Amino acid sequence: MKLTGKVLAFFCLVVFFAGCLAGKRPSNEVTVWHWMSDRDDVFRDLAGRFEKETGIRVRFELLAPSESYRQRIRAAAQTNMLPDIFGVLGEKRDFAAYIRSGFVKDLTEEMSKQTGDRSMAWKDTFFEKAIAVNSFAADNEFGVEAGIYGVPLDASTIQMIYNKQIYKSAGLDPEKPPLTWKEFVEHNRILKKEGYPGFVSGFGELWMIEAMASNWAMNLMGEEKVFDTYRGLVPYTAHEWVEVLNLFKQMADEGILIDGAVTMVNKTAEQTFVNERATYAFNGSWSVNIYRGMNPHLDYGSFPVPAISSARPMRVWGGSGSSLVVNNRSPRQEEAVRFLRWLTAEDQQRYLAQKTEDLPSIRAGREWVSGVQAQFVSSIETVTHPNMYPVHEDPAVQEAFLKGIQYILIGEKTPEEVAGQTQRLKEKELAKTVGMATAS
Amino acid sequence: MSFTQTEVNYEKIKHRTMSFFIHIFLVLVSVSCIFPLWWAFASSLKTQETVFTDHSLFPASPHWENYANAWTKADFGLYFLNSLFYTTIVVIGVLLIASMAAYAFSRLRFFGKNILFFILISTMLIPIPGSFVALYVVLNKMHLINTRLGYILPQINAGLALGIFLMKTFFDQLPKELEDSAAIDGCGLFRTYWYIALPLARPALAVLVIFNVLAVWNEYLLAMLVLQDRTLMPLQRGLMAFQGVHITQYPLLMAGIVITTLPILFVYLLLQKHTINGISGGLVKG
Amino acid sequence: MNPKTKQIAASYVFILPALFLFLVFSVYPFFKVFQISATSWDGISPDAAFVGWNNFKDIFFDNPVFWLSMKNAFFITVLALTIQNLLALFLAFLCDRDIRGGNIYRVIFYLPPVLSGIVVGLIWNWIFDGNYGLLNHFLAFIGLGDICRAWLAHPQTALWAVAVIHLWKGFGWGFVILLAGLQSIPRELYEAARVDGANSWVVFKNITTPLMIPVFILVSILTILGTMQIFDIIIATTGGGPGYHTEVPMTRIVAMIVGASKLGYACAMGVIFGLILLVLSLMQIRASKMMRQV
Repeated sequence: MKLTGKVLAFFCLVVFFAGCLAGKRPSNEVTVWHWMSDRDDVFRDLAGRFEKETGIRVRFELLAPSESYRQRIRAAAQTNMLPDIFGVLGEKRDFAAYIRSGFVKDLTEEMSKQTGDRSMAWKDTFFEKAIAVNSFAADNEFGVEAGIYGVPLDASTIQMIYNKQIYKSAGLDPEKPPLTWKEFVEHNRILKKEGYPGFVSGFGELWMIEAMASNWAMNLMGEEKVFDTYRGLVPYTAHEWVEVLNLFKQMADEGILIDGAVTMVNKTAEQTFVNERATYAFNGSWSVNIYRGMNPHLDYGSFPVPAISSARPMRVWGGSGSSLVVNNRSPRQEEAVRFLRWLTAEDQQRYLAQKTEDLPSIRAGREWVSGVQAQFVSSIETVTHPNMYPVHEDPAVQEAFLKGIQYILIGEKTPEEVAGQTQRLKEKELAKTVGMATAS
Repeated sequence: MSFTQTEVNYEKIKHRTMSFFIHIFLVLVSVSCIFPLWWAFASSLKTQETVFTDHSLFPASPHWENYANAWTKADFGLYFLNSLFYTTIVVIGVLLIASMAAYAFSRLRFFGKNILFFILISTMLIPIPGSFVALYVVLNKMHLINTRLGYILPQINAGLALGIFLMKTFFDQLPKELEDSAAIDGCGLFRTYWYIALPLARPALAVLVIFNVLAVWNEYLLAMLVLQDRTLMPLQRGLMAFQGVHITQYPLLMAGIVITTLPILFVYLLLQKHTINGISGGLVKG
Repeated sequence: MNPKTKQIAASYVFILPALFLFLVFSVYPFFKVFQISATSWDGISPDAAFVGWNNFKDIFFDNPVFWLSMKNAFFITVLALTIQNLLALFLAFLCDRDIRGGNIYRVIFYLPPVLSGIVVGLIWNWIFDGNYGLLNHFLAFIGLGDICRAWLAHPQTALWAVAVIHLWKGFGWGFVILLAGLQSIPRELYEAARVDGANSWVVFKNITTPLMIPVFILVSILTILGTMQIFDIIIATTGGGPGYHTEVPMTRIVAMIVGASKLGYACAMGVIFGLILLVLSLMQIRASKMMRQV
């Protein structure tokens, strides 16, 4: 057994040694966990500047990609090991859950304090919608106290994009993108005749379909009716919903959507557009950077999703791309808030915008934005986003609806079928919640 | 048994044609296997603008500096050492622990052997998505979050189920006479295991090394869950530097992927040399 | 201590390290998952309502999409068990004999499993692309331009396309194990048979196959496990679409966790899925035991 003993001893030694190689951490740092790989350097830069100015040390840890980040946050929440500042990547209900668990500081008071040299309340320095995404209204469905709980670091909107060069070649006016659905169909017919490809989007990712569909739904029937549908008061078989579904059918029938887009991930769709294999794309303001990196000579512009009805405004999705929250159980909350206040001040926002070329989250940033980005930011005041809705659809119903649109796009189901199936599922889910309510 | 001249020729031609077609087939399959890696390599020498538009198999003006850039930008030096350490320890751990347990299951008799084996293997058979929370809680209780040990132990465990199953399969194949003769020569249990069973199961050990090296080398989900300090992170963390939330820097990413893939192939090549048709039947007779 | 006790003690020592790790890192999480599956926990909140068997009942009686996803995974698994493993066996067989360049081939065939999922996704998205994909180029080149399409987006071909990617990525594993198995067979057995005048086919049937049966079983079980749990490829290419045509159990489970924050339900799905895999594997082992007796 001598040999066994030696081997095992050696092994234990190595393993023990390995265990001791963990770093020791000074305890007066503000720790920030983030997922934004492309901003890691910039964040560290800024942290260094902050330390020089205030003596407070801020440590950024990058945990990417975002799926891993989300898992890590969930796991850390279970053992109360969340850092001083982190982000909640997920739906509003996840945000609410973290708040209820006591991990998110209520920033309403801080937000009302004046800030910087512009002597306005902190929250007023931001775009209204960027704050809205981080707020909970009174009497919300999650039982969370009304208030502002997060700090937006940047803003974004999701609009249509079009290739001006192709427009010129097809004989269309490059400064007149289609602002109504009729024009959109017409332009596509011309493009098709001239042999140019149509519209691409990452419809393999359901949220992209959701963005477009809800934009049209709100245009057709107004916000309130959409929310009433989520509440169960309006059926999915209502004619406006069927009309929205018919738009997708028309997209398929007219061959507007390019072949393959129905399962494309957004990254592939971006490649397709930037390599001029599609005339239109549906994507967010962040894509400006992607296009610039992959094809700096691309001649393109942006416009809101083509409107169906002129009776109501056309809404687009937008809000804050990335926000951070303060851990309510952290012993360094004051320093954390101070840092976030500093991070969203004009100088730092300008630096961030320069280095990363995402839209800043503060209103003053509008002046720094130019080119296509300016076209994206023009709708920032009127954007909407599920994280701003007062009521949300059940995820199973939502998925059935969006997958149903995919079925329509491939021609396997009709709009009426999808509307009917979605409504049946909705009724079932409603019955479940009623059942649970009466049981308790 | 004698063949006429024509019969011999016929055999030769048949053999040659079959050989020919077999080689064609092998080449086709090989091309399909090499193509993606080659594409990654060629892409690593292009620019972000041309990576998807330039379809040449090798760019006219290769940007070799992408490799230097990728190395420094992704901090590969640090992560490489970490990954090397993790891989070595985990692989040694799996080899030792799994083969010892497999030997016991294969050769020894003890209470609860079959049930235990069944349960152990079942864990391999039942995937548990959503178990990351439980894993984190356990590691936290043991104060192993953000430690190397906390990263190593679950990975050794992950390799055990397959390892034990594989080793037991190979140990089962070994003739019992070997151990009997060893016992007669006065070898204890451990010596028999160490000096006789293990060397004969070399191909199986090689397979385990290959599998686990790959698994640990490519691992990052657990790293993101358990580790926090950049100084402890493995190689895959380096690749994350090129995958922003929105923007992916393809040439640098491809360079990083080529850098991280080559060592594995190297290890595999080394192992292949070790496991060439090696078992001498002489032991059976002697 | 008498020799018998010594042996038993030694056996337990041999198993102890494995047992310890297993209890801590496998058994505990396993029970935790069971526990969570009986609740409606979202994974975050401190409170988790106990729902007993409700999640399981819903999955069995009210979740056609889950079983559709199971069927999709079965489909790919059957393809893998047959085509992929036959290919792997054939290649392993060829490389086992002293064929020219055998060593190089071994490394090459190991490339697909080693390759980063990112590259696999990019390449195959490109190959199957509907507008400028390599496959369509090739088909047009040989005159079959009519069947060109976006392979990953059409309901009839999406699942097949995904299966092809998986088979391509997976045969390398079977190859490595089968090759190791073939290499463990003592060469003397072959020589003895050759001396006796047996040709290749007889050798294969009477010597190779019986000795390889345990390895075949291992490869089959690993194939079932690996293929049923397919996930990364789907996410990188079709996202489960179009519609539910390429959904698989793992994509459903992840959608439950990430999209719907229903960790309890997802864990229940995981438990059911795991039990099905367990049954499949046991059936394999049972079938092979019967084959061995024949």
